Amino acid sequence: MLDADFFRRWMTVTAASVDREAQRLTALDSPIGDADHGSNLQRGFAAVRAALEKEPPATPGAVLTQSGRLLVSTVGGASGPLYGTLLRRTGKALGDATEVDERQLAEALRAGVDAVMQLGGAAAGDKTMIDALLPAVDALGDSFAAARTAAEEGAVATTPLRARKGRASYLGERSIGHQDPGATSAALLIAGLADAASDAGAGDE
Amino acid sequence: MKMLINVPETVVADALRGMAAAHPELTVDVENRVVVRRDAPVAGKVALVSGGGSGHEPLHGGFVGPGMLSAACPGEVFTSPVPDQMVRAAAAVDSGAGVLFVVKNYTGDVLNFDMAAELAEDEGIQVAKVLVNDDVAVTDSLYTAGRRGTGATLFVEKIAGAAAEEGRPLEQVEAIARQVNENSRSFGVALSACTTPAKGSPTFDLPAGELELGIGIHGEPGRERRPMMTSGEIAEVAVDAILADLAPRDPVLVLVNGMGATPLLELYGFNAEVQRVLGERGVPVARVLVGNYVTSLDMAGASVTLCRIDEELLRLWDAPVRTPGLRWGV
Repeated sequence: MLDADFFRRWMTVTAASVDREAQRLTALDSPIGDADHGSNLQRGFAAVRAALEKEPPATPGAVLTQSGRLLVSTVGGASGPLYGTLLRRTGKALGDATEVDERQLAEALRAGVDAVMQLGGAAAGDKTMIDALLPAVDALGDSFAAARTAAEEGAVATTPLRARKGRASYLGERSIGHQDPGATSAALLIAGLADAASDAGAGDE
Repeated sequence: MKMLINVPETVVADALRGMAAAHPELTVDVENRVVVRRDAPVAGKVALVSGGGSGHEPLHGGFVGPGMLSAACPGEVFTSPVPDQMVRAAAAVDSGAGVLFVVKNYTGDVLNFDMAAELAEDEGIQVAKVLVNDDVAVTDSLYTAGRRGTGATLFVEKIAGAAAEEGRPLEQVEAIARQVNENSRSFGVALSACTTPAKGSPTFDLPAGELELGIGIHGEPGRERRPMMTSGEIAEVAVDAILADLAPRDPVLVLVNGMGATPLLELYGFNAEVQRVLGERGVPVARVLVGNYVTSLDMAGASVTLCRIDEELLRLWDAPVRTPGLRWGV
């Protein structure tokens, strides 16, 4: 079973990897976006980590809803509302339980991804974070490690796509040939989940 | 790249502190990132609130004041502000007559303002929204995020701001804002990429001797790259791209806007060419504004925005305005 501590670890591990990868995310955002994806997420997840250290919420659902709210309040751009909604709606779907199992997490994450698709209007293949999240949710039924691999493959697979949503869509054909920064950061979030589930990940904080 | 900054993390706060020192007629909340006209809320007046990423100065903070915006929320560089800022701004300027959010069509701005509108309404503030989407370089379709909001933002904020100043009710101010947007189109060109403080190097690589056609205002490349052209040739491309979409019927307002690093010498010269092309195409011109208004950091280049106007919109355009970035009639 997964408790609030597991979810707190998920967020802090993700915060650490976003911090590490911020330059790379910004570099990916530079040819097709506006070169700020890394620094924006870094600011948001730093706020999440600080809040969780100060006063960790008691339930898995509360860890995610609080983190989501903080991302909306600190990130800005499209990433703030989209990541905020993902975590908030996933957290809401988990309810008040003090422990949840992996199947419940997979279902809740699917509800979160659905909410993101509704908010941003993006579908699979639009070259967005959805292209990493959807395969990850599908693979989560097997294992955390499978979800991580699926998200990473999904992010890489955005490279030949033409963007239809977000700032990259303004480039039309010229968005082809660049890996989507949003799908890349989404893969970091899913990798954080896998890390939180492994002892190595827990020690990675 | 050398920049006149301390560290990238404090660029926006530092600029706001400097703005506060230069403009005592504004209330600048540096911590919460809200710029408000000092006499707000004005009794009985609809308030206009806009915002967007920083790096487009004077847009939007520079357009706060009598006759234009009531408040502005600057986000991080090229990043939309967050809903908390917008709700705070709305609460500071609402007199009970309601608030109009002027939103540029970028996914981040749209999502954050949507969230803010819901939160503000929860607090009992009546909110209307107008989406600015004037850029003809990107096609609007079900399968894209739609046209970007660029230069027409200035026209919408000025004209709707004048209508609000006259005491018009919220639905009328909103309708006028919408009318201005629907009659406005823009096209931009870049001669160089811009450099965001966070990245510290140009956002895209534009070799000497080439230019980008159809750019937005966030350092993203445009729709096409070509060998460098003369000012007259660029004016023809820009004006014709707009006229292909906006049939010239009434006289137009013209904004020849610098992207940040192009001097007025070049902008005035470019305007001469824009006026020549408009004359050749038989488009009557009512008013012309030339300068750096909706910028993209240190990008070199310019955009052209045309707005078809009637007598009423022209009257509102000519109405007095007193802001750091736009000022006349007072």
